[in-house]
Amino acid sequence: MPMNEARSLSTNPLKSSQPLGAAYAFLGIEGAMPLLHGSQGCTAFALVLFVRHFKETIPIQTTAMNEVSTVLGGADHLEEAIVNIRTRANPKLIGVCTTALVETRGEDFSADLTSIINRRADALGDCRVVLAETPDFKGSIEEGWSAAVTGMIDTLTRPTTRRDPERLVILAPSHFTVGDIETLRQTVEVFGLTPVILPDISGSLDGTVPDRWIPSAYGGTPIADIESLGTAGHCVAIGEHMRHPAEALRCKTGLAYALLPTLTGLAATDRFISLLARLSGRPVPASIRRRRSQLQDAMLDGHFHFGGRKIAVAAEPDLLYQMASFFAEMGAETAVAIASTPDNPILEAVPAEVMVGDLGDLEERAGGVDLLVSHAHGRQASERLGIPLFRVGFPIFDRLGAQHRRSALYEGTRDLIFEVANTLIATDHHPSTPESLNPLRNRETLHDSRPSPEPRRH
Amino acid sequence: MSLKARIATVFDEPACPTNRKKSETVRKKGCSKPLTPGAAAGGCAFDGAKIVLQPVTDVAHLIHGPLACEGNSWDNRHAASSGSDLWRRSFTTDLTELDIVMGNGEKKLFKAIRTIVERHDPPAVFVYSTCVTALIGDDITAVCKRAGERFGRPVVPVEAPGFVGSKNLGNRLAGQTLLDHIVGTIEPDDVTPYDVNILGEYNLVGEFWFVKPLLEELGIRLRAIIPGDARYRDIAAAHRAKANMMVCSSALINLARGMQERWGIPYVEGSFYGITDTSAAIRGICGLLVETGAPAELLDRAEALIAREEAIAWQRIAPLKPRLAGKRVLLNTGGVKSWSMVDALQEAGMEVIRTSIKKSTEEDKARVLAALKDEKHLFDRLAPREIYRMLVDGEADIMLSGSRTQFIALKAKTPWLDVNQERHHPYAGYEGIVELLKRIDLAVNSPVFPALRVPAPWDGSGRLLASPDISSEVKHSFRKFAGGALEDSDDC
Repeated sequence: MPMNEARSLSTNPLKSSQPLGAAYAFLGIEGAMPLLHGSQGCTAFALVLFVRHFKETIPIQTTAMNEVSTVLGGADHLEEAIVNIRTRANPKLIGVCTTALVETRGEDFSADLTSIINRRADALGDCRVVLAETPDFKGSIEEGWSAAVTGMIDTLTRPTTRRDPERLVILAPSHFTVGDIETLRQTVEVFGLTPVILPDISGSLDGTVPDRWIPSAYGGTPIADIESLGTAGHCVAIGEHMRHPAEALRCKTGLAYALLPTLTGLAATDRFISLLARLSGRPVPASIRRRRSQLQDAMLDGHFHFGGRKIAVAAEPDLLYQMASFFAEMGAETAVAIASTPDNPILEAVPAEVMVGDLGDLEERAGGVDLLVSHAHGRQASERLGIPLFRVGFPIFDRLGAQHRRSALYEGTRDLIFEVANTLIATDHHPSTPESLNPLRNRETLHDSRPSPEPRRH
Repeated sequence: MSLKARIATVFDEPACPTNRKKSETVRKKGCSKPLTPGAAAGGCAFDGAKIVLQPVTDVAHLIHGPLACEGNSWDNRHAASSGSDLWRRSFTTDLTELDIVMGNGEKKLFKAIRTIVERHDPPAVFVYSTCVTALIGDDITAVCKRAGERFGRPVVPVEAPGFVGSKNLGNRLAGQTLLDHIVGTIEPDDVTPYDVNILGEYNLVGEFWFVKPLLEELGIRLRAIIPGDARYRDIAAAHRAKANMMVCSSALINLARGMQERWGIPYVEGSFYGITDTSAAIRGICGLLVETGAPAELLDRAEALIAREEAIAWQRIAPLKPRLAGKRVLLNTGGVKSWSMVDALQEAGMEVIRTSIKKSTEEDKARVLAALKDEKHLFDRLAPREIYRMLVDGEADIMLSGSRTQFIALKAKTPWLDVNQERHHPYAGYEGIVELLKRIDLAVNSPVFPALRVPAPWDGSGRLLASPDISSEVKHSFRKFAGGALEDSDDC
């Protein structure tokens, strides 16, 4: 049960802003250019964070709201930005993400955009414009991501009743990495199904070296695929924050969906693979059964390092659910669970007592745990508490290769077990000493409150 | 004494009950079972010697041979040191083909000792021979003698090349080395009537530190713990102790007997694994000290300490009982551990269904029988396939064994706990047994095993066993999706 205490101070924020989440989703669309509707700084900060995380040039633009436009209305800036982007970068899609600045002013962005698109139809040509209303004062990455995907479905997807049973729409959550999506695609394809993954950052943020300069996102979900989403045979939404876009798709095209809260762990992956077998009518291929067996072995080898461990996790709600469920399955206890935002119903299902808070809360409560789990900003708490940090989510700016680390499906869960276990093994806080093992120490305190001695490093 | 003669000596161990029962001709053959080519497992004599001697912390352990002997085996155990970490460093002469062909071995060894002395200045160097250097006839005893004179410190030859026999023989040869070269070479000036040595204690993961403060509370002075956390000078002065306690069955029995013969030090066997046995071991030491002249009130103080520590241990075990009650244990270790942990396991409500008696002495076997009542619970050796079958069939809830057999249990999706030398947790003394039970609790109640035992939702060829509802969702209770937009979706 989330505790929502009124608080006036956030210390070391856990959240990233909602427009950042929306822009992130647009970066997973082929030829898209995210446009943050706000002052320059909104974009610059988001841009810097993206660049630090992905170590890539990130296409993202701003409407550069100034004092005058803030007072008189931002529609002119929005129009000018859209036309300029179209002229200079020639994107296939402009993803407008509103910010707190313009939302506080409270304009009718939808109507403004419609009139801009009508008025500048010639200039825009086949460039599509999608709106995501994502004020910074609400939500976090997951909500922004969800809003952008919903916006794309609302704007681009065509109503249809045609069904192609071999096509499968997958609405991917914001915490899926390039590696997760690549694994997901391969897994769906071995069942003979054609996956349409939305958003698909695997083609755009996977860190390649193209032979020419491309100013917008390259790779990603093609616009045509978004338009024809409704012709798929089925839809799988992953993570509770993808329920909203899945519902939008169902409303528009009648396409049924299954919502899987996570694809991490043996049972969750079994469920997904069964679903693929059922949808494709094919048996589960030997290659996937082999992966399952590898995961089982990883669980056996790994469980020694998880049993009895206390973990503190701070993350976006669906990622928090994924990690806490993972630790529960491996025999570790999520002793501290901190969510960035309160509204996602998945928080009810997290196997831990959840509080909504920040990394200051993490630091305050995590003393004595064995491992911290959060994004890279958790490193301060890690340093001060002397507890190792396992980095998940966004941003991870102080380690390389974050986009290729996996946590989904059999192989991703296997990777996750090994990575977490290795982090724990690498931390030898207290090697055995005569003092640490002396049975007469702390005799005045209750015996059962005495911790077990630290396991030795291998 | 030639190596052959030395081996004959260590085999003819008068203190060994097995040896005593043998006829004269059988005894002459020695106790080494001939190894079967193609079906042998376990370490060689070099391995055994190194296991016994390497925990001596402040000594440089130099292995004279080609790389494999040391390069493939170093840094594999977790004995703990309260002082120097020199013992963890790996030193080898790393003989090359050219060294062997040209006969450079002895020269290289001498230079290696010199380098160690210059760099690390240890109080002593132990030099281990290996198969190749024994075969080509390097005289390590002579080199050690010369190096000792030259560098002004003991350089001790450990002659236990791998081919002479098993790990057990290596243990004995190491004990003989301690007796022949080290014990009795330094006269201590601080002897008390409460001086004791512990022989065969390795201080794995520091576990003897669970016990040491209790003995010290009784006023017992530990002259030397051999080899765990031992320093060279402690061992050299160990001959002035009043009593020896021998643990780990009889790996160092020849050292105990030798010290009795040469210096009249009585010894008692015991074990610090298990509550009853820890208490018996403490009583044993104190009894022996009183016999050798310590005041009799020591016994009363020992009883008081035992009563206090046992009460605390049982009290700490009590909350674990509900989680452990009825769990069935397969104990696959051998030696003293075949019985020493049984009482604590039983007290925690667990049932020991089978225990291995390989490597156990006749006395060990008698104690297992006393604890388990029925011979059918004992087995000498179980084939891996049979253990696997037992575990898959659910005949045990956990196996306790050494790491060599761990994968039989894990592949059978059965909890397993390491109770042998490679483990990472200390299990000695009263504190240790509580730790052991905590570890068993974590293993036997890990959610990983039930999750793994859920069969895949498809058959052996990947065909689904049941049709999942494709629109099914994982159920969890929903609060209202605050923040708006989702509620609108009902409108479509």
